Amino acid sequence: MLKIENLHARVEDKPILKGVTLDVPAGEVHAIMGPNGAGKSTLSYVLSGRGGYEVTQGTATLNGEDLLSLEPNERAAKGVFLSFQYPLEIPGVPALTFIRTALNAQRRARGEDEIAAPAFLKLAKEKAAALKIDFDMLKRGLNVGFSGGEKKRMEILQMAMLSPKFLILDETDSGLDIDALKIVSEGVNALRAPDRGMLVITHYQRLLDYIKPDRVHVLAAGRIVASGGPELALQLEAEGYDKYVGAAA
Amino acid sequence: MSLASALKTGDLTQLPSRRDEDWRWTDLRGLIRAVPPASPALDGDVAPGPFDGLAADEILFVNGRQRHAATSGTGDVVTLRFVSASEGTAHAAAYAIVVEPDTTLVLLESHEGRAGGYFSDVTLDIAVGEGARVERIVLIDDHAEAIDVVTAEVDLAPGAVFNQTVLTAGARRQRIETRINHPGAHANVRLDGVYVLADQRHADQTTIVTHGGVDGITSQLTKGVVDGQARGVFQGRIVVQPGADQTDARMGHHALILSDRAEVDAKPELLIFADDVSCAHGNTIGALDDEQVFYARQRGIPELEAKAMLTQAFLGEVVERIEHEGARDIAVAWVAAKLGRAA
Repeated sequence: MLKIENLHARVEDKPILKGVTLDVPAGEVHAIMGPNGAGKSTLSYVLSGRGGYEVTQGTATLNGEDLLSLEPNERAAKGVFLSFQYPLEIPGVPALTFIRTALNAQRRARGEDEIAAPAFLKLAKEKAAALKIDFDMLKRGLNVGFSGGEKKRMEILQMAMLSPKFLILDETDSGLDIDALKIVSEGVNALRAPDRGMLVITHYQRLLDYIKPDRVHVLAAGRIVASGGPELALQLEAEGYDKYVGAAA
Repeated sequence: MSLASALKTGDLTQLPSRRDEDWRWTDLRGLIRAVPPASPALDGDVAPGPFDGLAADEILFVNGRQRHAATSGTGDVVTLRFVSASEGTAHAAAYAIVVEPDTTLVLLESHEGRAGGYFSDVTLDIAVGEGARVERIVLIDDHAEAIDVVTAEVDLAPGAVFNQTVLTAGARRQRIETRINHPGAHANVRLDGVYVLADQRHADQTTIVTHGGVDGITSQLTKGVVDGQARGVFQGRIVVQPGADQTDARMGHHALILSDRAEVDAKPELLIFADDVSCAHGNTIGALDDEQVFYARQRGIPELEAKAMLTQAFLGEVVERIEHEGARDIAVAWVAAKLGRAA
């Protein structure tokens, strides 16, 4: 599934990732934890192709296909989905229109037929209901005036509709109260599948109570400095990141 | 001093130039080296206009000559068409519309370039009677080499409602000017504009609203997008005369610049000589939000499509204010087509 080898990346002249190596097999959920400034968000942006990040060394492949040479939309069509820490508001573009445009663009890129309107609406109604999203909200400008929790649910709805192969969740728990966290986590767990991988990026262990990872990695100062089972997250919660920050520096 | 008088007299010094403050971004004197020959009369059939099928009555001008008057003159939806059909020639037209008190008129006006490099000047006088209601939708599809000036002088009686939306794709040089004499007296004006300019096109939307009495409302929203080496001009002036208290006037102009060589010049002006008024204006000029573009691309939408979608949404706020449903649908489709998208 996702293989990252010795990935180095910088923003302007500042190196942020300094040799990240990571292998997330299909069917597994891996968590990346780390202190602020460790490069967690940078990793998610580099994998999804946002501008402003320069990869200076290393590779990232999904099912053997190079990701780093592709445009962001091409990566999406290959199945990479980044759930944003702060989902954008898109005034004037109803959520339904946005998702349908995205779905059809991906399908065209893969040489598939576009989805017909009735089938799309049926799917949207079904998925929205599962996430307790009022269907009328999907007729309004995407995320405009939505609360933090509503925006995150809208991200999960897009995931469910676009059915990506690999999910990157960037600080999905930030700004969520406990009820919203449960709904969002259930939505993510419903997407766990033998042919799908996930990378869950988080600062806090709390999210991992709801989305149980198979592996936990600690990212500090641009490198993976420790890896382990779910117990590693609990240990970090108890002890903090201090020893890793010291070790990496 | 106007394009029409220069065309009539052949005297180029009659043309407005950059020395005239209100024409500084739409210089005609510096552009026009010679007055072209007068446009010929044409008898042939003219293809349907953009609002075809929405109105029972049609007023048609071809090359500045009125061809076809409204059959009844009483319909409440009327198309008013100005077709320029001969290359490299010039014409001027004038037309007056009187809207009787307590009646309704939807005026679907189109300026249709069917040839290259013409000069067109159109002057309209619109008088809106007491309690009457007018919606004027102006769709301008000029040839890239055309020079086009459209001027409307609108007189409102007390309690009148005048709602206007101008949509234009520009020309070589183009000025759409609307002057409104606003009596206050619970008369209500909506004055909107959209411009979508590519290549080397130019469009100037100039509005002057003069509030002459108490209790008047004006709401103005213009949005535009410029690409290539295009130039968009917005000049909005609202004058609140002494004694025109309780005037409520709001003006917004917002533009997107999609290329380094495109330009937008904006001059919003509020001239207030009365107390106890509520007036505001907002003006923004910027690029598309990179974050929004990346977000859309991350979901699989290719860059050009993402930008067109966001631009269409940006302009949509203005188009949605059109009340006449058929005209609104046509405006939505027109904007989409200009941006290279399906509606």
